[in-house]
Amino acid sequence: MIALTATVALGGRPVLHDIAFTAQPGQLVALCGPNGAGKSTLLRALAGLLPGLPGRDPRQVAYLPQGARCAWGLTVAEVAALGRLPHGDAAAAPIARALTLCGLDSLRNARVDRISGGQARRAMLARILATEAPTLLLDEPTADLDPAAAHAIMALLRRLAQAGATVIVVLHALDLARDYADRMVVLQDGRIIADAAPADALPAAARAFGLPVGLDTQPRLLPPAAA
Amino acid sequence: MIRGLAALVLGLTALGLLLGAAGFGLPQSEILWQLRLPRTVLAGLVGAGLGLSGAVLQGGLRNRLADPGLLGIGGGAALGAVVAFYWGLSARFAPALPLGGLAGAGLACAALFALAGRAPSAPSLILAGVALSALASALLALALALAPNPFALAEITFWLMGGLQDRSLDHLALAAPPILLGLILLLRLGPGLDALALGEDVAQSLGRPVGRTLLWAAIGSALAVGAGTAVAGSIGFVGLVVPHLLRPQLGERPAGLLPAAALAGAALLLGADLLARAAPLLLPLSQEPPLGVLTALLGAPFLVRIARQVAP
Repeated sequence: MIALTATVALGGRPVLHDIAFTAQPGQLVALCGPNGAGKSTLLRALAGLLPGLPGRDPRQVAYLPQGARCAWGLTVAEVAALGRLPHGDAAAAPIARALTLCGLDSLRNARVDRISGGQARRAMLARILATEAPTLLLDEPTADLDPAAAHAIMALLRRLAQAGATVIVVLHALDLARDYADRMVVLQDGRIIADAAPADALPAAARAFGLPVGLDTQPRLLPPAAA
Repeated sequence: MIRGLAALVLGLTALGLLLGAAGFGLPQSEILWQLRLPRTVLAGLVGAGLGLSGAVLQGGLRNRLADPGLLGIGGGAALGAVVAFYWGLSARFAPALPLGGLAGAGLACAALFALAGRAPSAPSLILAGVALSALASALLALALALAPNPFALAEITFWLMGGLQDRSLDHLALAAPPILLGLILLLRLGPGLDALALGEDVAQSLGRPVGRTLLWAAIGSALAVGAGTAVAGSIGFVGLVVPHLLRPQLGERPAGLLPAAALAGAALLLGADLLARAAPLLLPLSQEPPLGVLTALLGAPFLVRIARQVAP
């Protein structure tokens, strides 16, 4: 379980107002809302990265920032092994498990700057899985991935939540939130304006974006059957 | 790789003890212990400090162009030594020159963090470092322009070019402890540097906050490079080139480079110092070429080769 009660101002500008947020093990929570609503700030606050808020035990909470990139040409296995830093070991088993879960067994020794964007994103995911932290915080893990890669990552997060992890994901893609999340938390102007099952929270999310909501009768991509 | 480099360092050290102004061979024990031993050991230590701090600073700042010179630490050390020389302190009390260098490096390190602000990060440190090194070189130029006489001007200029001629056991005793302490501090930074590979937020979420890593990187560099500059003058390029030489062989993980960077830096400076000693024997030169000039002459072509490999 992870909980946070906070009001946050960054550089003198209020970003989050009176947030009270809790997530339970086994839940996949999607944080949605327009740009600038405070989603990433809420995630960083949950990760214990904001000054003035309590820090977190890095073995309990793993955090994947938006657009994380590697400054050096590390191999996929080396990136995953970074997840063991909080434990001060390089235990092979959790690293191997994380790589397998992310479908990276054949790419272990490939450099992350020489593989596709989707594969590199999975390597970053393997890094936070290798921590074996019970709480996973991910900021836009599916941004600029093709639909199949995005579905693959969401399906993996879904399985992790079902296995007992607390998974909190910032998502812009409302359809992915609707298809995979147990709970959708909608932020607007630094406030939580809806917190419910995705089907119930979707109208509030649409209002926050200023978009109409309707029933979809056109063909659309579905989550893979295995999910 | 590590074993090969260690063997190379040992071999070059042996050569360094055997080669001198008189030619090749085992000299009288006084020359061996009073001249060649301190000179050779200092070359190894100073080179190790430069190579290791280059690898640590490139990793910590996530910048392939970083080296101790970039942050103004080398400039501060040079300025400190020149100030000690300038006011005649070094004429009255010989260790004042290296002590001035160490004090300059320490002051530069403190100024670096004061200028970089409350939450130092890679970009703020680099900007503050560039400002500091500009300030240090301006003050050095001022010291040269106002030199009391042409001899002082020549002496300062020559000292700034770097070299290990006529260094004694006193120099070694003065420089070795801070260099070794700096090396130990820097070698312990591996996990913090690895964590920074994925950015400052990730490093903090892995329990390795960027500010702490960069602070220890600067303190370790100030000790190792400051003490090195204090006894050997300004020696460029070693810190910049060494990590680039090692990455193709050892991979790019910052922690994986650290021990090798210390050894490779030692080997590079031992080799350059041997070349400096051999040059008057082989070429019609009246004296040794300055060490800092040699490392730049050797280092620049390597960088050009790396630039061509990096280009797509």
